[in-house]
Amino acid sequence: MSKANIKFTKIEAERIYYEMLLARKFEEKCAALYAEGKIAGFCHLYIGQEAVAIGFNHIKLPQDTHITSYRCHAHALIQGKIPAKNLMAELTGRATGCSKGKGGSMHIYSKENGFFGGNGIVGAQIPLGAGLAFAHKHKKDNGVSFSYMGDGALPQGQVYEAFNLASLWKLPAVFIVENNEYSMGTPLNKTHANTNLVVRGEPFGIPGEVVDGMDILDVIEKGTRAVEHARSGKGPYFLEVKTYRYRGHSMSDPQKYRTKDEVENIRQNKDPIDHFATYALSNKLLTEEIMKEISNRVKIEVRESEEFALDSKEPDISETYTDIIL
Amino acid sequence: MPIKIIMPSLSPTMSDGKIGKWLKKEGDTIKAGDILAEIETDKATMEYESTEEGILGKILVPSGTEGVLVNSLIAVILEDGETEADIQSFVSKFASNSVVEPSSSTESVVPVQSISVSNNNAPVDSSSFNFEIDNERTYYSQNMEEPDYSQAPLKTLTVREALNEAMCEEMEKDTDVFLMGEEVADYQGAYKVSQGMLQKFGKDRVRDTPITEYGFTGLAVGAAMGGLKPIVEYMTFNFSLQALDHIINSSAKTLYMSGGDVTNSIVFRGINGGGSRVAAQHSQCLASWYAHVPGLKVVAPYSASDAKGLLKSAIQDPNPVVVLEHEVLYGKSFEVPDVTNYVLPIGKAKIEKAGTDVTIVSFSLGVYWSMLAAEELEKEGISVEVVNLRTLRPLDIHTILTSVAKTNRLVTVEEGWAYSGIGSEIASIVMEHAFDYLDAPLVRVCGKDVPMPYAANLEKHTFPSVEDVCKAVKKVCYK
Repeated sequence: MSKANIKFTKIEAERIYYEMLLARKFEEKCAALYAEGKIAGFCHLYIGQEAVAIGFNHIKLPQDTHITSYRCHAHALIQGKIPAKNLMAELTGRATGCSKGKGGSMHIYSKENGFFGGNGIVGAQIPLGAGLAFAHKHKKDNGVSFSYMGDGALPQGQVYEAFNLASLWKLPAVFIVENNEYSMGTPLNKTHANTNLVVRGEPFGIPGEVVDGMDILDVIEKGTRAVEHARSGKGPYFLEVKTYRYRGHSMSDPQKYRTKDEVENIRQNKDPIDHFATYALSNKLLTEEIMKEISNRVKIEVRESEEFALDSKEPDISETYTDIIL
Repeated sequence: MPIKIIMPSLSPTMSDGKIGKWLKKEGDTIKAGDILAEIETDKATMEYESTEEGILGKILVPSGTEGVLVNSLIAVILEDGETEADIQSFVSKFASNSVVEPSSSTESVVPVQSISVSNNNAPVDSSSFNFEIDNERTYYSQNMEEPDYSQAPLKTLTVREALNEAMCEEMEKDTDVFLMGEEVADYQGAYKVSQGMLQKFGKDRVRDTPITEYGFTGLAVGAAMGGLKPIVEYMTFNFSLQALDHIINSSAKTLYMSGGDVTNSIVFRGINGGGSRVAAQHSQCLASWYAHVPGLKVVAPYSASDAKGLLKSAIQDPNPVVVLEHEVLYGKSFEVPDVTNYVLPIGKAKIEKAGTDVTIVSFSLGVYWSMLAAEELEKEGISVEVVNLRTLRPLDIHTILTSVAKTNRLVTVEEGWAYSGIGSEIASIVMEHAFDYLDAPLVRVCGKDVPMPYAANLEKHTFPSVEDVCKAVKKVCYK
C-alpha cells in the first residue's frame, strides 16, 4: 500500500480527527490540572506525538495487544479505550480511576482491550511486549503485539535481548520507537553512538523502516506493512517513527535544552492534527462544520472528565491492602 | 465570571514558589499558550503558560514575591465585557474559598483480626494464647488447613524427581503451562530437573533460552500477562539478580498498579543457596530478598513431598511465585503421597518433628541440618521441635507462635546472611506477639557475614553447621 492508495471513509476520517483531538485536549487539561495541584507526581505529556498512537490504532485488529512507556495517556485513551473520565480520575488519584487510584499517570491498563501499560521503567516494556507476542503465537490467535518506546529506551540492553528472542522465535511483534529527539533533556547525538536508529533491528534480522510520525498517513502506510509482516509469521518488524513532543519531558521540565523557536517551528509547520485536517478537508472527508462539531464534542468530553474526576472520592484507606495477591 | 489565575504547581515537590517576573501586564490580551510569568520552583525557573483567553485584568501578586503558596490567587483574567468591578467582587469571593479542600475520603479503620492459636501436636493452653494481628501485614498467611494425606499410599522420590513430576503433571493438564530457561531442553536440564520433558512436550513447551535472564524473564512475565502460565527456570538463582527488575517491578507490582486488572500467573524456580566450592557469585541465599516484596509468594521446599506439593501449587497459583530449590537436596530421597493432584497450601508450615523443649524454625537445607541437630540433642535429653516453614511469604506465623508458646525457646536456622534475614523477621514477630512466652532470648544461626570463600576449610566455616545449631539450642536452654 502506498500513501496515494490510502483511502479513508468519512466515518474513519471523523474518528481519526476525533481521536487526535481528544488525546490533545485531554492532555492540555492534564497540564492545567497539574498546575492546580490536582494531578501530582510524574505526568508525561504526549502532545505533538498524536499521529503515532492514533495511526497504529487505525490498523490494529481487536485481538492485538499494546504496551508502551510512561508517556501513555493517548495510548490508554485510544488503544486501551479507557473512558476519559476514568483516566482523569486515575490521574487525580480517585477511587473511580481505571486503576482505582493506585497506579497514577504511568500505570494505566485495560486487559479487556489488550492494553498492558504504562511502564515506569525505561525499556522494560519491550521484553514484556515480546512476551505478549509469544502468547499470541502460543495461542495461535493471529494477534500482533505492538511495543512502543522512546528514543531514550534504545540504549537499554534489555531492548536488544528482546529483539534477539523475538527474532529467534519469530514472534508476531512490531517494535516502534517514537523518536522525539530527546531522552528527557539530552539530545539524540549525546545518547547514541549512531543516531540512525532504524538499523537497530538489522543485526537480529529484523527489518526496519523510517516513518514520518507527524504524518498519520505515513504512519498508517508503513505501519500496515510492518503489521502484515508480523502477522504473516515472518517475525518482528522495527519502525523508527520520527516525531516531536511540544511539552517538556515531564511537568517539572524547564526545557533549557532546546529553543522556543525550535518548538514553535514544528508546532506551526508540522503539527500532526493540522496536517490531517488539511488532508481531510482537501479530500472532502471532513468539513469545517463537522470539525467544529467534533471539537465541541471533545471539549465537553474533557470537561466532563474533569468534573467526574474531581467529584469522585479518594480511595478508601482499606484499598491500601487489596490487589496485592489474588 | 472572571477567570482565576493561581500559583501553579510545577513539580512533584513544590509547595510554594517565587513569581520571578510577570511577562504580561494588566490590560494585555491573553491567548491560550501565552507565557504569563516566570515562576521559580524548588527545582528550576519555569514558564507559566496560560490555558485561558481574555484580558489580564489584575495582577494580585507582583514580580519578585517569594513564598507564594501553590493554588493561591495571583491574577485575574477578564472575559469580554467584564470590568474592574467584576474583579473586586470575584477576588473577595475567591478569597473566602481559597482554602485547599480537605481530602474527600474519611479514614477508615483497618479491620483487626483476632486469632486464637490452637495446637494439634501437643497440649497447650490455647485459651491463654490469644493475640491480635492487624491486616496491614499482608505477608501474614491466613490460618489454613492442609489436605489430609495421612491415609495416602507413599512412594519414594528424590527432590529432583518430585520437581520433574510436578511440572509434568501440570503441563499434561494445562497447555498454557510451559517451561523455559537455559539448558532445559536439549541438555535435559543443567541439574537434570527437566530430564525427559523435551521428549514429552516438544520444543514449543520446553524451550531453551539464550543466556539472557533480563530479556527472557521480561518475556515470560509478558507472556503471563497475555494469559500463559510460564515456569521460568534459572540455572541458579544467582542469575535472577539480572532479572530482579522484571520480577519485582513488572511481575510483583502489576496487579496492584492496575487496580486488580492485570494478573500474571508465573513461577520463577531454580536452585538457591550454597553450592559446593563455586565461590561467592554462585553461592548465596536470596530468600530474604524475595520474601521482602509484596506481590510475590515465596516457597522453599526441603523434602521431596514439599517440592512436589509446593511446585504444583505454585504452577496452579494465579500469582507470581518464587520457588527456591536447593542443589544439595536434589538427590535426597523422601516419601511422597502417591495421589492425583498432590498439592500443599502455600503459606502453611509443617511441624517436621514434634518436641517440647525448644523450637527450631528453618527452611530448605536448614531443615536438613536442624533435623540432624535434633537427633543429636535428643541423645542429650533435649526435646526439639523443628518447624519447616515451607513458605517464606506469606509466612505461617500461627505455627511459629504456637510452637514458641509451647516450648518457650527459639532458634532460627538459615544459610543466608543474618542482617535483614528471615531469622530477623521471625525474631521481630515473636517479639511483637509472643514476648511473654519466651524464657530466653532467641538465637539466629546464619551463614557468616562474608561473600562465600572458595577454599574448602573457609567455605565449611562460612556455612552454618549442625554443630552451630546444637550450640545455639543449648544456649537458649541455658545448658
